[in-house]
Amino acid sequence: MNPVRRRRLLFVVAVVAASALSMTLVALALQRNVAYLYTPHEVLSGAAGPAVASGEARFRLGGMVAGDSFSRAEGSMEARFRVTDGDAELPVRYTGLLPDLFREHQAVVATGRMDGDTFVAEQVLARHDETYVPKEVADKMGLAHDRHGIETPTDASSAQ
Amino acid sequence: MLPELGQIALLLALVAAALQTLLPLLGAQRGLASWMATARPAAYAQWALTLIAWAILTAAFVQQDFSVRYVAENSNSLLPLVYRFTAVWGGHEGSLLLWVFVLACWNAAVAWFSRSLPDVVLARVLAIMGAVCLGFLAFLVFTSNPFERILPMPLEGRDLNPLLQDPGMIVHPPLLYIGYSGFMVPFAFAIAALLDGKVDAHWLRWTRPWTNVAWGFLTLGIALGSWWAYYELGWGGWWFWDPVENASFMPWLAGAALIHSQAVTEKRGSFHGWTLLLAIATFSLSLLGAFLVRSGVLTSVHSFAADPTRGLFILVFLGLVVGGSLLLYALRAPDGRGGKPFSATSRETLLLANNLLLVAACAMVLLGTLYPLLADALDLGKISVGPPYFGLLFLLLMAPLVLLLPFGPLTRWQNEDASRPLRMLLPWAVLALVAAVLAFFAAPQGPWKVAMGVAGAVWVGAGTLRFVWARLRAPGGRMGAEMTGMVLGHLGIAVFLAGALLVEALSIQREVAMLPGQSLDIGRDSFVLEGVAHHVGPNYAADRGTVRMYRDDRLVAPLHPEKRTYVSGGQVMTETAIRAGVLRDVYVALGEPLGAGAWAVRVHIKPFVRWVWAGAFLMALGGFVTAADRRFRRPPRQEAA
Repeated sequence: MNPVRRRRLLFVVAVVAASALSMTLVALALQRNVAYLYTPHEVLSGAAGPAVASGEARFRLGGMVAGDSFSRAEGSMEARFRVTDGDAELPVRYTGLLPDLFREHQAVVATGRMDGDTFVAEQVLARHDETYVPKEVADKMGLAHDRHGIETPTDASSAQ
Repeated sequence: MLPELGQIALLLALVAAALQTLLPLLGAQRGLASWMATARPAAYAQWALTLIAWAILTAAFVQQDFSVRYVAENSNSLLPLVYRFTAVWGGHEGSLLLWVFVLACWNAAVAWFSRSLPDVVLARVLAIMGAVCLGFLAFLVFTSNPFERILPMPLEGRDLNPLLQDPGMIVHPPLLYIGYSGFMVPFAFAIAALLDGKVDAHWLRWTRPWTNVAWGFLTLGIALGSWWAYYELGWGGWWFWDPVENASFMPWLAGAALIHSQAVTEKRGSFHGWTLLLAIATFSLSLLGAFLVRSGVLTSVHSFAADPTRGLFILVFLGLVVGGSLLLYALRAPDGRGGKPFSATSRETLLLANNLLLVAACAMVLLGTLYPLLADALDLGKISVGPPYFGLLFLLLMAPLVLLLPFGPLTRWQNEDASRPLRMLLPWAVLALVAAVLAFFAAPQGPWKVAMGVAGAVWVGAGTLRFVWARLRAPGGRMGAEMTGMVLGHLGIAVFLAGALLVEALSIQREVAMLPGQSLDIGRDSFVLEGVAHHVGPNYAADRGTVRMYRDDRLVAPLHPEKRTYVSGGQVMTETAIRAGVLRDVYVALGEPLGAGAWAVRVHIKPFVRWVWAGAFLMALGGFVTAADRRFRRPPRQEAA
């Protein structure tokens, strides 16, 4: 092999090695930082998997804040409410400031993990717009509503 | 009557754009000078017509014409006058009109400033730009008409989203759109060059200032958006790796790579094909950003209301632009033989590394942003990719870039004895290390990030200044605008590094329940909640807190965070109170009442957070100063003579 070819070969090998390394890193980083979205029904029925139910896996809980479920001990930062998808409800505990658009009967996405029967949220997101339901939540809620023959509320919000 | 005129203006602009696309392109292909000459007037006509449409929509907002659906949805009789002007781009249709108008401005500017270009080149460049404008105008007219009437006319409008009733919002979208659409110019040039079959360094020199200006505006737009999110969303963060932020960050990264590779191609003739490809990629990523934001396919705090037909339209447009350009590229790309040879230790190699790292970072962001879409399409579940993914990989990719950056300007083109720049930079590397060690032990928390931030900032800053010193000391050495711009941009990176890493490491955040009179101590500072009073604004009612801030028991300032409830929709908004400083921001937000007179209060101490935006501002300034270099304005024909 002449020197030019050898240099080229080395170069190609280096590029391949670098891309393999970076692909591995990217895949690892993706795997560790991906958070799945589940509805209360999926969590309680076990469809979300044992890691979610046991509190091992961090995930996002999506649904509507159930009516009359919000409570807060007087003067305390700890809030409790239930998230519902029409099929099932899951109690949620969160300590901290809630977003401005957090309201009962509104869509919410909370990130955290299960602790026994309660979902302990680290972060709670509600949307910017009072009529907007996050698409992924709407999709999942739509499934629950289809099963019950309820008209999906998102039709109204996307018609704006 | 007026809104109908606006619509007619848009339709005429559509016709002008179609003419600007077809006639000059055919003229250039067949060598018909009169056909090619239609490009300029068509560009001016399109600009004037979109300006008229813009003015009419603004008038509808100012006069509160709620018979126009878009006005009714984004305005309200209580909306203060200044926000009636800015509400024009507060929703999907109007912001698209703004985009179309900005495109028309670039289009007209290119037509105006392009006298030094040969007619055939100009005709092709303007034709491509006409095609891009045509796509956007068609999108506006056929799927998102801002002048649509609503019958019966509502008596009251729905109001502008309160989040957008803010000074930051006045300038953020226009700057961002100027940046996005500015990348149309290098793109049009690249396509014209591919059609023509030869890439000429003179024309490339002509596009460089445009790319730099567009990139500068994009930088400003992103920085302002981040600043706005910081004080308006009330979470205290300045970057969330949200899909929409990523959508603007991808063209920024590709654009940063493009301005460097354009410099190599212009000066040395190397990387021809790569520069063309980057120009195509940068503009395509801008379009992809538009698609992601407007189609509602991604869940983001910024999303516009979803509408599948719009998403489909942009997707088809994106497919045409990307597919068409890549096909053209595959058929006509120049072979890699152009340009002067260079050794492994040369400025070309360093700039190649710069491009590889920036493009890799861009690909990483793209993957993280699109992965949830991909997973959804493959039925793998609804997922989101967390900020740690982006943070970690971005740090890994940018670390070598920061390490290599000071070598770039100090290394000669073509071939360099590696020991020369190493010798010049060695003392500054030592200085950076010493500073890092000192910072590591001085930091009250997050020592590793503090050390990294300080080391990176000192290394890039001192290394860049070392270059300035070497340059000025050399016989006859002076700094042209292009070089000054480069130095400013690199210093901006130093400032940004310090800001981003120090605020990340040193931030203090407390969320507590406070009773009036109660105090919260954070280090030497203490915060006392005085009370919360009712307060009425023009279109909202507010709970206005008074928090007194003391430092070493001395009163510094009263802060007034607010919780506003907007009259029109009952939407609640947090208005943070920020005491800004060079070394740190103190940030107080009011949460909800907790009963028994207690309030939830959020207090953040954000050291060096202003440096993030100051750094971005310096980078943008660097882009503008570079573009002002006189070298770019010299007509190529004189150069050749």
